[in-house]
Amino acid sequence: MASKRQFRVWRGDENGGDLQDFAVEVNEGEVVLDIVHRLQATETPDLAVRWNCKAGKCGSCSMEINGMPKLACMTRMSSFAEDETITITPLRTFPVMRDLVTDVSFNYEKARETPSFAPPAGVAPGDYRMQQVDVERSQEFRKCIECFLCQNTCHVVRDHEENKEAFSGPRFFIRAAELDMHPLDAKTDRKEYAQAEQGLGFCNITKCCTEVCPEHIKITDNAIIPMKERVVDRRYDPIVWLGSKIFRRTS
Amino acid sequence: MTNTATQPPRPRAAIAAKTLRTDRWWLAPLLTVLGLGAWVTYATVRVFLQNNYWVEKYHYLTPFYSPCVSKGCDPHAAHFGQFLPDSPLIPYAALSLPFLLLFRLTCYYYRKAYYRSFWMSPPACAVPDGHKTYGGETRFPLIFQNAHRYAFYAAVVISLINTWDAFLAHEKADGAFGFGLGNVVLWVNVIMLWAYTASCHSCRHIVGGRLKHFSKHPVRYKLWGWVSVLNGKHMQLAWITLATLAITDFYVMAVAAGWINDLRFVG
Amino acid sequence: MTELQRFQYDVVVIGAGGAGLRAAIEARMAGKKTAIISKSLFGKAHTVMAEGGAAAAMGNVNSNDNWQVHFRDTMRGGKFLNHFRMAELHAKEAPERIWELETYGALFDRTADGKISQRNFGGHEYPRLAHVGDRTGLELIRTLQQKIVSLQQEDFAATGDYEANLRVFHETTITELLLTDGKIAGAFGYVRESGEFLLFETPAVVLATGGIGKSYKVTSNSWEYTGDGHALALRAGATLVNMEFLQFHPTGMVWPPSVKGILVTESVRGDGGILKNSEGKRFMFDYVPDVFREKYAETPEEADRWYKDADNNRRPPELLPRDEVARAINSEVKAGRGTKAGGVYLDIASRLPAEEIRKRLPSMYHQFKELADVDITAEPMEVGPTCHYVMGGVEVDPDSTQSRVPGLFAAGEVSGGMHGSNRLGGNSLSDLLVFGKRAGEHAAAYADSNGPSTVAQSDVDAAIAGALAPFTNDGENPYALQHELQLVMNDLVGIIRTEAELAEAITRLAAIRERVSRVQATGGRRYNPGWHLALDLRNMLVVSECTAMAALERKESRGGHTREDHPEMAAEWRKVNLICGLDGEKVTLNPQPLPPLPPELLNLFEKSELKKYMTAQELEGHGG
Ligand SMILES: Cc1cc2nc3c(=O)[nH]c(=O)nc-3n(C[C@H](O)[C@H](O)[C@H](O)COP(=O)(O)OP(=O)(O)OC[C@H]3O[C@@H](n4cnc5c(N)ncnc54)[C@H](O)[C@@H]3O)c2cc1C
Ligand code: SF4
Ligand code: SF4
Ligand code: FES
Ligand code: FES
Repeated sequence: MASKRQFRVWRGDENGGDLQDFAVEVNEGEVVLDIVHRLQATETPDLAVRWNCKAGKCGSCSMEINGMPKLACMTRMSSFAEDETITITPLRTFPVMRDLVTDVSFNYEKARETPSFAPPAGVAPGDYRMQQVDVERSQEFRKCIECFLCQNTCHVVRDHEENKEAFSGPRFFIRAAELDMHPLDAKTDRKEYAQAEQGLGFCNITKCCTEVCPEHIKITDNAIIPMKERVVDRRYDPIVWLGSKIFRRTS
Repeated sequence: MTNTATQPPRPRAAIAAKTLRTDRWWLAPLLTVLGLGAWVTYATVRVFLQNNYWVEKYHYLTPFYSPCVSKGCDPHAAHFGQFLPDSPLIPYAALSLPFLLLFRLTCYYYRKAYYRSFWMSPPACAVPDGHKTYGGETRFPLIFQNAHRYAFYAAVVISLINTWDAFLAHEKADGAFGFGLGNVVLWVNVIMLWAYTASCHSCRHIVGGRLKHFSKHPVRYKLWGWVSVLNGKHMQLAWITLATLAITDFYVMAVAAGWINDLRFVG
Repeated sequence: MTELQRFQYDVVVIGAGGAGLRAAIEARMAGKKTAIISKSLFGKAHTVMAEGGAAAAMGNVNSNDNWQVHFRDTMRGGKFLNHFRMAELHAKEAPERIWELETYGALFDRTADGKISQRNFGGHEYPRLAHVGDRTGLELIRTLQQKIVSLQQEDFAATGDYEANLRVFHETTITELLLTDGKIAGAFGYVRESGEFLLFETPAVVLATGGIGKSYKVTSNSWEYTGDGHALALRAGATLVNMEFLQFHPTGMVWPPSVKGILVTESVRGDGGILKNSEGKRFMFDYVPDVFREKYAETPEEADRWYKDADNNRRPPELLPRDEVARAINSEVKAGRGTKAGGVYLDIASRLPAEEIRKRLPSMYHQFKELADVDITAEPMEVGPTCHYVMGGVEVDPDSTQSRVPGLFAAGEVSGGMHGSNRLGGNSLSDLLVFGKRAGEHAAAYADSNGPSTVAQSDVDAAIAGALAPFTNDGENPYALQHELQLVMNDLVGIIRTEAELAEAITRLAAIRERVSRVQATGGRRYNPGWHLALDLRNMLVVSECTAMAALERKESRGGHTREDHPEMAAEWRKVNLICGLDGEKVTLNPQPLPPLPPELLNLFEKSELKKYMTAQELEGHGG
């Protein structure tokens, strides 16, 4: 079943690089990462690639395949036409280290700036009680494998390096949403924080993050928009205000 | 983990092509431009025509003229009074149209659609956006997108008015009950409008999304679940309602102008 | 002279999986300046792949559960070769360690009364695995990662520096441990990105480097699992125990070939999945061994009733410990009743509604959909055994996790003894937490009374020379050699072993050893996978030698070690641990008596059961 197919792989580092052509054998059932491995084992032993689990679980092998941000280990060769040349390039939004590997420390810095879970006061370990329906929304966001494909695709930073300072990106919007929806989180100003410090307002909900997320997390619909709405609650909504006066309910 | 924030940014990979996408990524924005462009043109023309909006015989009123509150309105079509001055520059439904426009302009789906297609920000995923700088919705004027909540409340009121119109359309000019194809068209439009309005993200938030503990609010949780299902179809509903609005208006126009006869089932 | 960055730390943790992160948290909370080092990016260690859950006798689903039951299950699973003290500590402390995670922000699936839900798993008498769908490892690692970030935020608030007391060096590989006066004094390694060298001077090192599965061709393990920690410990003078015991997980994917080995979680069976051969027969009923006979159902009807009413029915045989199920599948395939791709069918589609399957096993659903084009809600999966876990590892003191080398601690998969000859599913994640915490705590205490440490320059120079050697070698390409090593281990030291094959394996490994020392790296030092593999190879080799030698020596079948020529379990062998060490370049193997179970633990078992495992003399201490 093996056949030779055409590939173009970007090789280089911060001083420049180019797309190099290779003809590589492809077998039934293989994914793009298999091809990169075959190149390493044959023509280019020092071809740099980051990967780990090869099962779509760790989010290491993010790269751009025919221009689309994807996990190389989950992109099957059968999704391309036989005679199609497949172009493999590193993530564009982050600085390149070498070949297909980029420096993703932007994301780790943003993670560090995002306020952590605040445990409820006076609840001992083992005494946490939460209902399944109350944890489900946050659980969706905890499926995130930190592949940073969403961060890479988001035009706010992809096309505008200067926004990196003020914009945390979709991965950390879902983190903020996760904690805001966590039934026992004790911090109450996560929405304000998302708006003021994470740059939620930069997002124009064009949904590319959702489009590329390999975990199929509905980043925009279930995290970003609800967070924007929560900000609106606090600031502008007359009926919410009235309702809270009348019912004096805490949600 | 080294701290890069303090140093000048390290270079990205030098890839010459602006995008390496090989699929037809430009198709979706193109269709959006064509679709929205066509609709806006039709609607603008219709709104300023100021005729053929009311079928006196069957009491059909097009949604583009509802509520008809201009002094120029046919008095039978004006269910909510006539107080706006009659001028070719002021649409007869000038009370509702701005809100409807605002509702759709600030709708999270339409925002995506026109930011991508008209504004090219970005035209498609992993395709560079067409702008030098970008501030998103952080500043004037786009920060007003956050007013969508108000537009939603207004849209609910307007949907109620459209529903009322659909009811009234069952009473013919002679006072008897009537039922024709026009009624079906009006009802389909109203139902779709409700579906679209209920599927709004703001609505989803208000009915339950804002709660921290669903388990303490079982009824609202149920509601939220239903709205969430609709919400998943928000894009489709956005387009469907554009279609039903235009079709409804065109049908009323065609009957009013006498181009076609309404197909009657009763009366 | 090659440039070198030097760091001083109180505790250096090698490995950022569950064990490493938990150890680092503990060391930092004890006030120690701590470094975490990891080959992959922070948050991507192998632990993310764990699916099914973490075992802890919290008794949330069945209140009959308690640490004694868990202890018994663990000992049975390991066929009584476990270090009793480790199994005891593990069973006692696991619930606290899980509850603690909730205070770090973990969100496990819940029971109706809001507690942590627990699921069934092979070898566990009651539903015991805390889980989040089938991505429990991800939850665990993310939770610990975020706890570390929160500690860094505290440090930032106090000092203005996130990394003042706790720093993560990711994509950094340790290649040597350095000793001064027979005690740990430092760790040496390189940064993957730049190829630059780092030296950590520290009195205490915690090894948490995970397993060795990459020495096998068909494995559920990733490239990280080259046995670095095992090899580092050996070279530092520590010893390994139980290295002949490897767990072959019964259900790995078998098709398509490029994904062969990728794990299919045991939860599929825990949630009702059954195994069938190509004739459509549910064959596991034929493979219940005598020691387990009383606890397992004899008919499909009884087995199916168990899912609803576990108190009055016996468990389905699909939930036997992994070694039994793996051997059964192996036999079916050998007997010609396997699928074309060489596996058997695992069927959940006919057992649960599609919606329920997608909800309970979302990652499995996607894995099969995306990698094999199989819809598991409609068709059965094809599965076969895959190398999954090494029971063997660094020999440690159970309470402190310290190895024979002062200052060298080990926790997680890299340590040995806890699981005996076979690990129960779910016992690893809890092991990581229990012993990770202990390692951090004792490393911190050790650092109090030892250090700061200094390393001799000559040792550093030697480490640098060793690391650079592949660039000046003239031998072969490391990828080809790795492939050869994997084939030797897969074919000759696999799931079923014989004396002749093991002897051949040892000869072939000796030949490979010769070539490993000359393996060549091309290109530069910056992010060069060829070079990295060249350095990993010698670790894979020495660990493989330990495994092959111990497997040849142990003349019985037990847990993760099956000898075709010695098919019986022998009570005499139960009393023996095989200890692997290094004498210069040469791998050594020595028998060592297993510590006997103290009476209070012995008495947790029925005498009739113990008789199946122990000699009459050993049972004298039994009270009943
Ligand atoms: C697919 C799969 C599913 C599993 N499911 C379950 C389950 O459901 N329940 C369960 O209990 N167990 C499960 N296990 C087993 C369990 O996940 C592992 O045993 C466990 O995660 C090992 O954790 P660890 O902390 O010891 O090491 P790991 O998480 O493997 O981490 C090892 C760390 O060491 C680092 N490292 C290694 N060598 C070096 C070096 N030389 N220098 C620097 N750093 C180094 C690595 O980069 C990594 O960060 C599963 C395993 C697999 C493969
Ligand atoms: S929806 Fe917002 S966060 Fe997501 S990619 Fe678009 S702009 Fe970025
Ligand atoms: S949200 Fe999705 S795309 Fe973004 S990092 Fe997480 S898994 Fe990747
Ligand atoms: S290698 Fe882990 S996600 Fe691809
Ligand atoms: S109407 Fe589209 S989001 Fe409100």
